[in-house]
Amino acid sequence: MLPLVIVIAALALGGYFLARRRAMISAGGDSRKLHSLPSYYGYNAVLSVAVPALLALGIWLLVQPMLVQSSVVEMIPAQAVPEGSSVNLIMSDVRRLAEGLDAAVGAGAVSNEEVADLTAADDLRAWLAERGVAIGAEVSPEVLQAAQAYREMNALGHVGRNVFVLLLALAGVLLAYRESHADFRARNRVESAVKALLILAASLAILTTVGIVLSMLFETINFFSLHPWTDFFFGASWAPNFRGDSDLSILPLLWGTLYISIIALAVAVPIGLFAAIYLSEYAGPKVRATAKPLLEILAGIPTIVYGLFALLTVGPALVKIFGRGEDGLLGVDWMSGATSVLTAGLVMGIMLIPFVSSLSDDIINAVPQSLRDGSFGLGATQSETIRQVVIPAALPGIVGAVLLAASRAIGETMIVVLGAGAIARISGNPLEAMTTITTRIVSQLTGDSDFASPETLVAFALGLTLFVLTLGLNVLALYIVRKYREQYE
Amino acid sequence: MSDIPNPAAPIADPRGASLLVQDGRTKRRNAAEGRFKLYGIVAIAIGLLMLLTLLFTIVSRGTGAFQQTYVTLSVPLLEEKLDKNGNRDLAEIKKVSTFGYAPLTKAAFETKIAEAGIETSLKPKAMADLLSKDAAAQLRNHVLAKPELIGSTVEFEFLTNSRVDGYLKGRVSRESIANDKNINAAQLDLVDALIADGSLQKRLNLNFITGADASDARPEAAGMGVAMLGSFAMMLVVLVLALPIGVAASIYLEEFAPKNWITDIIEVNISNLAAVPSIVFGILGLAVFINYMHLPNSAPLVGGLVLTLMTLPTIIISTRASLKSVPPSIRDAALGVGASKMQSVFHHVLPLAAPGILTGTIIGLAQALGETAPLLLIGMVGFIASNPPESIAEGLMAPNSAMPAQIYEWAKRADPAFYERAWGGIIILLVFLISMNAIAVLLRRRFERRW
Repeated sequence: MLPLVIVIAALALGGYFLARRRAMISAGGDSRKLHSLPSYYGYNAVLSVAVPALLALGIWLLVQPMLVQSSVVEMIPAQAVPEGSSVNLIMSDVRRLAEGLDAAVGAGAVSNEEVADLTAADDLRAWLAERGVAIGAEVSPEVLQAAQAYREMNALGHVGRNVFVLLLALAGVLLAYRESHADFRARNRVESAVKALLILAASLAILTTVGIVLSMLFETINFFSLHPWTDFFFGASWAPNFRGDSDLSILPLLWGTLYISIIALAVAVPIGLFAAIYLSEYAGPKVRATAKPLLEILAGIPTIVYGLFALLTVGPALVKIFGRGEDGLLGVDWMSGATSVLTAGLVMGIMLIPFVSSLSDDIINAVPQSLRDGSFGLGATQSETIRQVVIPAALPGIVGAVLLAASRAIGETMIVVLGAGAIARISGNPLEAMTTITTRIVSQLTGDSDFASPETLVAFALGLTLFVLTLGLNVLALYIVRKYREQYE
Repeated sequence: MSDIPNPAAPIADPRGASLLVQDGRTKRRNAAEGRFKLYGIVAIAIGLLMLLTLLFTIVSRGTGAFQQTYVTLSVPLLEEKLDKNGNRDLAEIKKVSTFGYAPLTKAAFETKIAEAGIETSLKPKAMADLLSKDAAAQLRNHVLAKPELIGSTVEFEFLTNSRVDGYLKGRVSRESIANDKNINAAQLDLVDALIADGSLQKRLNLNFITGADASDARPEAAGMGVAMLGSFAMMLVVLVLALPIGVAASIYLEEFAPKNWITDIIEVNISNLAAVPSIVFGILGLAVFINYMHLPNSAPLVGGLVLTLMTLPTIIISTRASLKSVPPSIRDAALGVGASKMQSVFHHVLPLAAPGILTGTIIGLAQALGETAPLLLIGMVGFIASNPPESIAEGLMAPNSAMPAQIYEWAKRADPAFYERAWGGIIILLVFLISMNAIAVLLRRRFERRW
């Protein structure tokens, strides 16, 4: 594929000089007689070579595997699929075998003809291992046949692709060369093409959102076809069981998520809000210039660091206070392990302090000075002004900031993966380990996962729930903040 | 008219108190004022205290990882063991596995004890257990690098077992090893004797910064180097993709986009994407890049693609801000001398906004460098990243770890010796983040223009 791209680049470069030269010749060597600057004729050639060719290449790369896959799947007879397996698993065997054969050919160990003559009677696994390619399972005749067809179709596809893309690129050169004439509006053409590229880049944001929603939606639908939705939304327990028949209810996870987030907000909101009030209303420029960036460092520290801090420092410290029976500081034995709701909540609260403080700081600063002056004029002290005038005026914005912090808390992963524990339960005791939506997504999707079992697919349903939850909070927060801003501008 | 009080009449406090003495209510109000201010100071103090605690914890627990305990032994590299035919053919020397080197290290250890005149009741095997399980492999790599050493006796610094290392760093004490199968008190006596002899000591551990990860049983040999390369490969992908796409998108939105509902949707989308939890991007990467497009699992390329999608909103937001800060008079002047709209943007506005764009990009990259959650889902944890990639293509496509993923991996292992590694890894990660942010701040100071 790389040589193909290099050839396209070379054609584009050649096209640049050819088109430019032809335009100059047509103007009799005087660039003032051209409609556009000479280089625009060249750029026009570059664009008409590269854009269609690369676009065709990209589409081909996406479509060919799908077509090959679907026609190879049809070749595999239903009885060749063993009990407890699926066509997808067979297909991955086929793909692996085909890749193994390709690798053997590529390494020069065998020729293409030898590969075509292979039959399942040969011990393929040993045969490939001899040639430095390892495959996992024994090869059945159906798989071998499918793999041969897979290789053939792919080879055919590659040849077709190269020919098609090269023809397209050559046509581009030819077309641009013929167009390059003094009267041709090369700049307008180039500029509208560049603008199209800019639009394409901007719409990638929409594409990403659509990708997120679709990738989770399809798997979620698969999940609900394998598992009753009533259990997911209204069941009481979370007990995944890889032999099947699991309880997969979101409620205990949602409870853990919300409980930890509430503790985190209980830490972050008072501290962050008072810090913001002090920084914007009391602090002198020097204090403000040092304290504000220092607090914001807390937001720049990667969450894995907070996770480790929770697991190895805060957790053991809490155990020392609330656990260990007689040896502990309080002489009680309420906490057994370092992971707990309180551990994760406290650490997450620390992480959220700068979120609350800098957003609230901006919002408090946006409250017009005239409101404060009016209040001072009536004889109110500074704190009375803040409590009775500034904060009520800034309240919608502060609520927005708190909602944004809450959405961060709900979606936070590393702190809870390391600090909250893995036991799904609904309980009010903050010293117990509980688990959250994000931790379960990580644990269901890491390791060897089988994408046909509800135990794995549930992660996509959890992810979609999480996405909808945080999106709702964000939209609400942005709406509130925006509405508030309009009041004073 | 009668409302105007007689100016000559004395102003009487309704409560009959003097102006010079605060009455109870004023005192209460002033006290409330002081308290309120105090709350603010306390809140900031708590925040800063947390920051200090965090940094102190990281530094105090992590610096240990940059030192490692080594024992110096003189090893006779016997020709009959390592190169039977004596022709110094590297391929033949490579056939001797680490098991062939183990007896040499063991014998060297025994000789050392005998020479130093240390009395011990330990059997040779128990003595050799003080060495790392990696010691023989260390020696083998050294010999493979310099085959001419075979036949001579070399002074070589061997890694010691992580328990011995912990003993020197104070993590392991004689009390704490009561239930430890890996070390006993007699072995610690031997360690003390070797320290007195001067052949066993702590020194700088460069291998931690440049080396590869090691398996569960050899925490003393684990390093960050390979994971660092994985992170660099990902950052390369992010830079190559996110910067051009982000800049292109912002130019369109800021300079060309008409005010209509499509533009509105794009803008709302971008601000929402900036707040989507990072793990959701991991799910997207798993579903699209790995399950649908069949890109290799755990490859930095996939990690880079996921982080690109995650960083794009950050880059777009900061790029738009710096495009916006270029005054319209620049655009007008360019248009006035006959430039097209596109020329005015690419020739004049973009170069003037470049420092701001660069700053935003560096900050976005720093964010991506520390991100862990999406990497868990695309499989960049759970294996040992032991071989550094040999080419750029391999660096992108071959399974690797990344710095934060490596830290997570170490944090999950049960041995406390790995915790020290994890904290040390955090120091390395933070050094990168701090220097990236410092560069961003310097760039801003140096090049930012106020119009």
